[in-house]
Amino acid sequence: MNSFITTLSSTLFFGVAISLVCYGIGAYIGKKIKFPLANPLLIAAILLIVILKVLDIKYATYMVGAQYISYLLTPATVCLAVPLYEKLQLLRDNLVAVVVGILTGIIISAVTVWGTCVIFTLDEGIFATMLPKSITTAIGMAVSEETGGVVNITVAMIAITGITGNVIADIVLKLFRVKEPVAKGIAIGTSAHVMGTSKAIELGEIEGAMSGLAVAVAGLITVLIAPVLVGMY
Amino acid sequence: MKYLKQFGIIIVISLMGELLNELLPFSVPGSIYGLLLMLLALVTGVVKVSQVKETSSFLLDIMPILFIPSTVGLMDYFGVLSEILVPVLLVCIVGTALVMGITGVVTERIILARSSNSMGFVNNDNNSEEQDFLEERGGGNE
Repeated sequence: MNSFITTLSSTLFFGVAISLVCYGIGAYIGKKIKFPLANPLLIAAILLIVILKVLDIKYATYMVGAQYISYLLTPATVCLAVPLYEKLQLLRDNLVAVVVGILTGIIISAVTVWGTCVIFTLDEGIFATMLPKSITTAIGMAVSEETGGVVNITVAMIAITGITGNVIADIVLKLFRVKEPVAKGIAIGTSAHVMGTSKAIELGEIEGAMSGLAVAVAGLITVLIAPVLVGMY
Repeated sequence: MKYLKQFGIIIVISLMGELLNELLPFSVPGSIYGLLLMLLALVTGVVKVSQVKETSSFLLDIMPILFIPSTVGLMDYFGVLSEILVPVLLVCIVGTALVMGITGVVTERIILARSSNSMGFVNNDNNSEEQDFLEERGGGNE
């Protein structure tokens, strides 16, 4: 049995196949249970971690095949430009609101990280590690490295933030009574980067387009201001 | 052939994005350069929406699945994360909720304020939807 699992998990298609099956199960449960926490991505990830732990398969072994899923992430991010282009007039009409909204989000993100670090008396290194948690992984890694953070923990926190944003978007937007689609998209993209954007796309075309825009803009602004903020801490 | 062409355009722009990431001294990932390049190509008409539409819709559709591997990657960090678990969860859950909520409220307020300003001058069909929406927010006095 053990050697069978070793053989199975070492094949190139194991990682992709088991990911798709788990996502399929997640999507099925998500459809059956109309509850925001029944999020397909969350269910799939938990299911996969449990399966890998139980069968004693290493993450690196899973990634032999699963890396080809991640491979598509760059082309998919490039494609965010298409819905954005189709909503360009809407962006022009709401430019001030969009820019001020994204800046507000970046400030609130920095303030919550700063507050948490002060309360728990965490050092500058942890502050630098946590600061880029709301921006997209590739930018966040670079920012963390440049400002003296621990890159691996930053990556983990970006993933936790993204999945959190993906799961809680419905609840939070309802709680804060945000109804306007542009505002919804900007809120999701600024707080939960591309992982949140995949949820925004499900909410609607405008939400998806604006969320994708917010990811790019928030990421680029954070690159500029993170060194200043870490210097101030 | 259609899908091959569409995927080809998207991959070439991804490649150009990665190249810019290698060549330019900024910490901007290739995917973000690629997004900006694609937008530029669409705005200038070098690429038409119809030349990438179906494949880009497909890639955006499967986007949640593309995050499974990195999320599963958390399993290797349980040990490190458990040492600073409370602050991490505070920042990632409460922090994210606050950022999302406040960003949404601020953006929406400005949009509504500006659209209600312009409504004094133009009152056409385009605005009626927003007006309903405004009245609804104003306490629904219908």
